[in-house]
Amino acid sequence: MVATPAVLHRSPVVGSRSAKTAARRRGFFADVVGLSPTLALYGAFIVVPTAFAVFLSFTHWNVDGPIRWAGFANWREFFSDPVSYHSLLVTLELAGLSWLAQTPVAMALGIFIAGTQRYRAIYATLYLLPLLMSTAGLSLMWEDVLFPQYGGLAWLGRHVHMAFLSQTWLGSPNLALYTIVVIIAWQFVPFHTLIFQAGRRAIASELYDAASVDGANVRQSFWHVTLPQLRYSIVTSSTLVLVGSLTYFDIIYILTQGGPGDSTRVLAMDMYNIGFNQTEFGYASAIATVLGAIGIVLAILLVRLSGFGSMEGTQEGIW
Amino acid sequence: MVATVAGAPGRTAARQKAPAKAAARASTLGGIRGRSKVSRFAAFLLGTIWLVFVLAPVYYMVLISFRSPAQYLTANAWLPTGGLTLSSYSAVFDSSGIGTYFRNSAELAVGTILVVVVLSLAAGYRIVRRASRFSAVSFRVILFGIAIPIQAIVIPLYFMTNKMHIYDTMYGLVLVLAASLIPVAVLLMVNYLRLIPRQLYDAMAVDGAGSWTTFTHLVIPMGRPVMAVIGIYSGLGAWNNFLLPLILTQSNSNMVLPLGMYRFASSNQYALNVPVVMATVVLSVLPLLVLYIGLRRQFVKGIGGFALR
Repeated sequence: MVATPAVLHRSPVVGSRSAKTAARRRGFFADVVGLSPTLALYGAFIVVPTAFAVFLSFTHWNVDGPIRWAGFANWREFFSDPVSYHSLLVTLELAGLSWLAQTPVAMALGIFIAGTQRYRAIYATLYLLPLLMSTAGLSLMWEDVLFPQYGGLAWLGRHVHMAFLSQTWLGSPNLALYTIVVIIAWQFVPFHTLIFQAGRRAIASELYDAASVDGANVRQSFWHVTLPQLRYSIVTSSTLVLVGSLTYFDIIYILTQGGPGDSTRVLAMDMYNIGFNQTEFGYASAIATVLGAIGIVLAILLVRLSGFGSMEGTQEGIW
Repeated sequence: MVATVAGAPGRTAARQKAPAKAAARASTLGGIRGRSKVSRFAAFLLGTIWLVFVLAPVYYMVLISFRSPAQYLTANAWLPTGGLTLSSYSAVFDSSGIGTYFRNSAELAVGTILVVVVLSLAAGYRIVRRASRFSAVSFRVILFGIAIPIQAIVIPLYFMTNKMHIYDTMYGLVLVLAASLIPVAVLLMVNYLRLIPRQLYDAMAVDGAGSWTTFTHLVIPMGRPVMAVIGIYSGLGAWNNFLLPLILTQSNSNMVLPLGMYRFASSNQYALNVPVVMATVVLSVLPLLVLYIGLRRQFVKGIGGFALR
């Protein structure tokens, strides 16, 4: 309760009560001016569409006609339709496989490039290359590497006696999903590597010193120091892998359009087709709402599990 | 414990700390005792395998972009033997569409960068000042947007832009893209501007500066590094985005590069002219590559977004 000189210095406008309220009112006014453009843009193009998508999921609408109330019809259809059930399974499979393909590799590479040797820094610089490419660009690149007749892998298959490389990588129902998983990993592992690199660098050296005093070898210090210390990086990276692959659209749209057959038809692809090709916007919005709910639920889990909300300072949490 | 008046003394202290920190880092990462040569070699091997996996398709793409259609069918696919040519690149420059796509993408990127940087700067400044509850509540509301996948709202966006008569316009696309990028941009901005010492604001207030003068004379100069990071984050997001242009534009004159490349590659004219498609993709990455070489640090932060603390 004692006003120290430091505190007095920090608030030079301390004066009469009316001066204080005037300052507060000016602060509020400045807040409104500074924040309204952002809030207007964000409200118009993120908040309103989100609410609108949920609303549309309870309607029938094909653009030309009026919006008709449908109650839970779209939702009943979604949960009973074998087509959307299959899409849901493919989506979950893609997410699970992506996690398996990306998280362990990203962790290993992140620890690797956190090292101090010079060549590792050069490797780290080159690793980021995929993140500079657009999804369209890298999809076209991979399409030609994998092209069955003339592509790079098929060439190796013909000329270097590795016949197994000549596959219809994207054209076979048994292979297409795995091929997509590998391409997505190529694109996004570098991003997750950055998370693990930062996480590894934040581990205090004393922990390793203590472990080595206790006689721990490399493997033991990984299991008992590195892995537990990286738990927040693991949670962050895993959540982002899952959110990203559960809502994934671009590469699939460009390379397979959900095919061959329905082997890569994920929910986001389903939503696009049902909405923009079959113009059943009500039903498509139900799928969109599922995608949105997945994103929000996983994000809340991320914040709860990783302490993301209390990042840097305790005064302002995210939630 | 003494509150220093200006930022200068604090800064010196930070500078003195830096070498100690670097030394600590070196001892953690370089000199883990008992780390065997075997594990070092295993790390080298794994890192190199991934490097080959990253670079091989890119190398293939660049090589093929220097082939003629005939060479593409016959020459070695992985070695630069059998003749190289610039004909694909001249074909790209001669084709009418690609120039427009480049210009549209550049406009989109510049517009999006401007909107996102200016808005997140103003918003971030008000949020870190914590002058009223309004800014605190706004911050929470904006951050919630990080959780909403853009795929979930493309149908409403399609109708709303139609109703607002900004469907199939570049500025409509700029607004929607900027809105989709703003939550992460505000988070980055707030985390950075928080580090401006409170004493600097107080010194401004003593000099009689109001909110606006404080903004232009303190926040903007101090915020330059984070503005660069947010500029790269939003520029990359705009230059490479595929879904929003697919949903929100239609006419050829508003086609952006990612969409244009895709349409170009799937058109009959070029479906089998793989070298020209590869040359287009190479050209689309080139500007970013040049920037990346010059601004590596900012790129890493911009790419990492909110995932790097």
